Amino acid sequence: MSVPHLWQRLRNEAVTTSRIHRPLLLVGCTLLIALPFLVGLGFGPAWVRVLDFVLLYILLALGLNIVVGFAGLLDLGYVAFFGVGAYVYALLASPHLTSHFPAIAALFPAGLHGPLWLLLPLGALVAGVFGILLGAPTLRLRGDYLAIVTLGFGEIIRIFLNNLYQPVNITNGAQGITQIDGLRVGPLALDRGLDLFGLRFSSLHLHYYLFLALAMLVVFISLRLQDSRIGRAWVAIREDEIAAKACGINTRNVKLAAFAMGASFGGIAGGLFAGFQEFVSPESFQLIDSIMILCMVVLGGMGHVPGVILGAVLLTVLPELFRFGAGPAQQWLFGRVVVEPEALRMLLFGLTLVVVMLLRPAGLWPEPRHRRELAQ
Amino acid sequence: METLIQQIINGLVLGSVYALVALGYTMVYGILGLINFAHGEVVMVGALVALATVKALAALGLPAAVQLPIGLAVAMIACMALGAAIERIAYRPLRNAPRLAPLITAIGVSIVIQYTVVLISGRSYHAYPELLSTRSFDLYGARISPAQIAVILISTAAMAVLLWIVHRTRLGRAMRATAENPEVARLMGVNVDRVISLTFVIGSAMAAVAGVLVSINYSVAHYQMGFVLGLKAFTAAVLGGIGNLAGAMVGGLLLGLIEALGAGYIGDLTGGVFGSNYRDVFAFLVLVLVLIFRPSGLLGERVAERA
Repeated sequence: MSVPHLWQRLRNEAVTTSRIHRPLLLVGCTLLIALPFLVGLGFGPAWVRVLDFVLLYILLALGLNIVVGFAGLLDLGYVAFFGVGAYVYALLASPHLTSHFPAIAALFPAGLHGPLWLLLPLGALVAGVFGILLGAPTLRLRGDYLAIVTLGFGEIIRIFLNNLYQPVNITNGAQGITQIDGLRVGPLALDRGLDLFGLRFSSLHLHYYLFLALAMLVVFISLRLQDSRIGRAWVAIREDEIAAKACGINTRNVKLAAFAMGASFGGIAGGLFAGFQEFVSPESFQLIDSIMILCMVVLGGMGHVPGVILGAVLLTVLPELFRFGAGPAQQWLFGRVVVEPEALRMLLFGLTLVVVMLLRPAGLWPEPRHRRELAQ
Repeated sequence: METLIQQIINGLVLGSVYALVALGYTMVYGILGLINFAHGEVVMVGALVALATVKALAALGLPAAVQLPIGLAVAMIACMALGAAIERIAYRPLRNAPRLAPLITAIGVSIVIQYTVVLISGRSYHAYPELLSTRSFDLYGARISPAQIAVILISTAAMAVLLWIVHRTRLGRAMRATAENPEVARLMGVNVDRVISLTFVIGSAMAAVAGVLVSINYSVAHYQMGFVLGLKAFTAAVLGGIGNLAGAMVGGLLLGLIEALGAGYIGDLTGGVFGSNYRDVFAFLVLVLVLIFRPSGLLGERVAERA
């Protein structure tokens, strides 16, 4: 398509979109900006924190959605990339390396304090490389064989994070890395909070806006990828790999691209997580976390961006609801806490997974194209 | 030399438990093409039901020689019922659903089972009573305990029974036919639903045996014990070629041996840089290597590519 034509098309698209969606978009944006305040006022700061985590999980779920939803490659070790991103940030923005390696301390006399704009892309890059490392040997594997290898990969990364403290201390083992620098955007340290226009933006609020911006970016990238040449190639591979190959798709490169892309989203989320918590340990990157993210993707509706977002929101908020509700509800019903609230919470969560999948096997909000296929 | 024999014994014991559990995964996979993620929890329930039974029997004053067989039988019956229930509730309604839907219900069921157990018996580690003598035998300098002998003997017997069922009985023929092609099997008069249900029942019985054996061997049971065990067993099934019974046994034994030998020798081989805490890395690396050269496992048939 020639450039003037493309320009014309873009303008037309922009005009039609804005005509239909402008009021909706405006309301939506205002709501998203006001959300942490509304939630904070209504339910307290603990829920603003939950909101921050919702956004992190949206990043993760959308990353995994590229691998599982778009390209149809079942990945059970996705949290490894989250971990890689987190440790990249943690190592390059904490006193850990300088205090254990004199050579590094000599290079950086003021200590290692990598800036966000460098560490996030670096985390994405390193995670992407790990994605290719995982993808390359598994290209020939199909379906569930791939699942178990990715699972093993995730475990291998976690075991290394857990044990690489001897003979040289790189990850500090199970104790994790502490004193990580908080996230800063330019001169603004997010963990200090900010007073602006007579409004108090707490640390949780500021993180929310940063995460929101990145989540929006990832949503945008996901949507554009979906309709791009490579996105259609992914769907083709998902539906029938041999046919896709026969149509001239370089399945090897396209699959590797899916692994790398998905992994790099995970890496970004990991960097944000490390800076937000100011602490990382291997405990945050277990198999159950990979499974949780996979549940978000599948329960929401594989391959459908709004569905995946819905899945991430639900599966982050529901356990918290159960956590806050499980104890008091028993008090109210029986006058005392009959069963352990934590166990009850997990029980309800498991039941939710089963019931939702039984009622809506294609996910809560599946891709319309999928729905058509199922109806046939 | 003693270390080598000792690690081989440990590996065979561990491997026979893996093989037992792997058989459950592989049977279900062979017939439904589905990873039964809740299978590890069945192992755990088996161990805890047997424990409860043994405690009740001990309270009645019955001798240890009677406690173990009865405990095992009760555990097997409970797990068979549980396996059938899991299939009925979580898998049967989704038989024609997208491929990942049953995976999520399996994860859900697995969480539900774990925390139901927590609600009933708590989170603590349960000490297993000494049902067998703890006096070890000497074998060329290595030690083998009665519990370890029992693990090897009982699991071999269970596998022999399974092979007999699958290859020599009417039900076994129906199972193989269903695995081959469910539609045609149905046309030939096989009650496919019943066969699938019985597959889960048989697999769960094996899981119960595995659960009891592993708990006797380590003298402990715990609500999360099924998770890692199930994971390893599934790895073993894939290693051998999932869907293939002989493959599950070979994969199980091999994985057990790799872990034991890896744990025993990795420190010496790497000059102490990597310790036995890298045991699982070893196991998974071997898995990846095997799958690179044989993408459908050691004994797996080459899956015909869909045209």
